[in-house]
Amino acid sequence: MEVKILFFAGLREAIGAGSESLALPANVATVGALRDHLAARGEAWSVLATTKNLRAAVNQQMVDADTSIKAGDEIAFFPPVTGG
Amino acid sequence: MSVSVQEADFDVGAEIAALSAGRDDVGAVASFVGLVRADKSVEKVMPPTQPGAVCPADGGGEMAIADSHAAPAVQAMTLEHYPGMTEKALDAIVAEARGRWDVFGVRVIHRVGRLLPGDRIVFVAVASAHRGDAFAACEFIMDYLKTRAPFWKKEETPAGGHWVDARESDDQAAERWAPGKE
Repeated sequence: MEVKILFFAGLREAIGAGSESLALPANVATVGALRDHLAARGEAWSVLATTKNLRAAVNQQMVDADTSIKAGDEIAFFPPVTGG
Repeated sequence: MSVSVQEADFDVGAEIAALSAGRDDVGAVASFVGLVRADKSVEKVMPPTQPGAVCPADGGGEMAIADSHAAPAVQAMTLEHYPGMTEKALDAIVAEARGRWDVFGVRVIHRVGRLLPGDRIVFVAVASAHRGDAFAACEFIMDYLKTRAPFWKKEETPAGGHWVDARESDDQAAERWAPGKE
């Protein structure tokens, strides 16, 4: 099951990449589990665990951590928004 | 086309005029223009223990102390967004405003890219028969834009670049519009 993952703003800079395609391990079925899976890569990726009020979107809709994900989804992680 | 995310500046007068062009039922157009501000002044006061924060020798009054701890001036700002989702989020906010107030037309423009102090950054205008609906819908759209639309500001200051932290006061402003709180 492959998904597209996007990172924005301070997360993008900390991780050093704006996007990647990833074949999900079978035990990663929710947005929160994906966040934990990525954060476990260590070093720069730990920003996913330490960012306060981390936000996530699936297919460009803001979602909670317990939202399930499926093949082909576009999943984005980003800090709280600061536009306007 | 009620929502635009663009690098280019916009013409406030032309945008406001367009909302009532060719119709005679518009009694009110309320608008908001957000600008890049250079001086963050007392809003982001550094703690007194911050290295390099020096009070002026004659700093007796509260204002003098607050000013000396002010964040460094913003020299420029870069706006990042999530292409696709940003437009959808703004469309959803406009749709919700249209559902809550009697409005004829709505225009939202948000700039992205690098902006300088004094530059226009965001524009919201609402046309309605009466000012009450126009004012309320305009403020609602701004409050929701600040907490729900995926934009991020990075400020350039003499001390370096940094991503702006989200403000609790913005969450509180948006929370005012929750059902039962109007």
